[in-house]
Amino acid sequence: MSGRGVRLGLGLVTGALMLVALYMVFVYVPTEADQGIVQRIFYFHVPCAWVAFVSFALVAIAGIFYLWLGQQVWDDLGYAAAETGMVFCTLVLVTGSIWAKPIWGAWWTWDSRLTTTLILWLLYGGYLMLRAMAGDSEQGARFGAVVGIVAAIDVPIVIVSVRLWRTIHPAVLVTRQGGHGLEDPRMVATLLVSLAAFTALFIWILCLRFVTLRMHTRLGALARSLALAEAAAQDS
Amino acid sequence: MDNLSYLFAAYAIIFALIFGYVMFIWRRQVALEIELRAMEARMRALDEAAGAAKARAGS
Repeated sequence: MSGRGVRLGLGLVTGALMLVALYMVFVYVPTEADQGIVQRIFYFHVPCAWVAFVSFALVAIAGIFYLWLGQQVWDDLGYAAAETGMVFCTLVLVTGSIWAKPIWGAWWTWDSRLTTTLILWLLYGGYLMLRAMAGDSEQGARFGAVVGIVAAIDVPIVIVSVRLWRTIHPAVLVTRQGGHGLEDPRMVATLLVSLAAFTALFIWILCLRFVTLRMHTRLGALARSLALAEAAAQDS
Repeated sequence: MDNLSYLFAAYAIIFALIFGYVMFIWRRQVALEIELRAMEARMRALDEAAGAAKARAGS
């Protein structure tokens, strides 16, 4: 199976999983007792956060391998993961803000979870700006790898922030039946399917972006070879 | 704005941003493919010209 076929297959699996997840979010899962219908944002908000964290962890891993081996493929993977992670981190902040307005009465609050997530977004925004300004230089890739590794330190901080500091970020959800959290198996099932759908979406988008960056790298190498060949032809 | 509007807004933004990003990647990929094909053709033409020049010099 060709790379294009794999990407098409991944896209179809992602689409199918996304449809199942949407059915479960809007039809199957019971409405949460306290927050009502708006709590359904949770089923896509959490998977977006999961994908963002995985992306940024991947940026750090790719950065370590790039600094160690110096192979362009690791830089391309790190760049693709950082960009994908930024898209999902943006979605986490936006959907969180939309969810916060009817529940907390404010679009934004300087809560520990929200603040550390915003810092994460700014750190990787800085990474992308650095990469955009440095162009295709090897130095830019090396600096990017270092920034990607250092910025990933914020990922575990975001995760444990609700335990380290006082927070109003929801930790316990109550169903209509009076149970705690996600004790209702339908809520757990819906969250798991959404997580699977977003993981597939992440892999698909990452593959697409990675292939694009590999093509860009190949184009750069080809342009250099062409310039050399043209110079040699003019000399002869 | 009632709660249903917030729910709709959240899901609409999720799909709009993801769709926009996938479109951006797809368009970039198409543009790169065209550029790559053009550059490969130039490279082939240059190789052929060099080969022809060598053959002329040899004869």
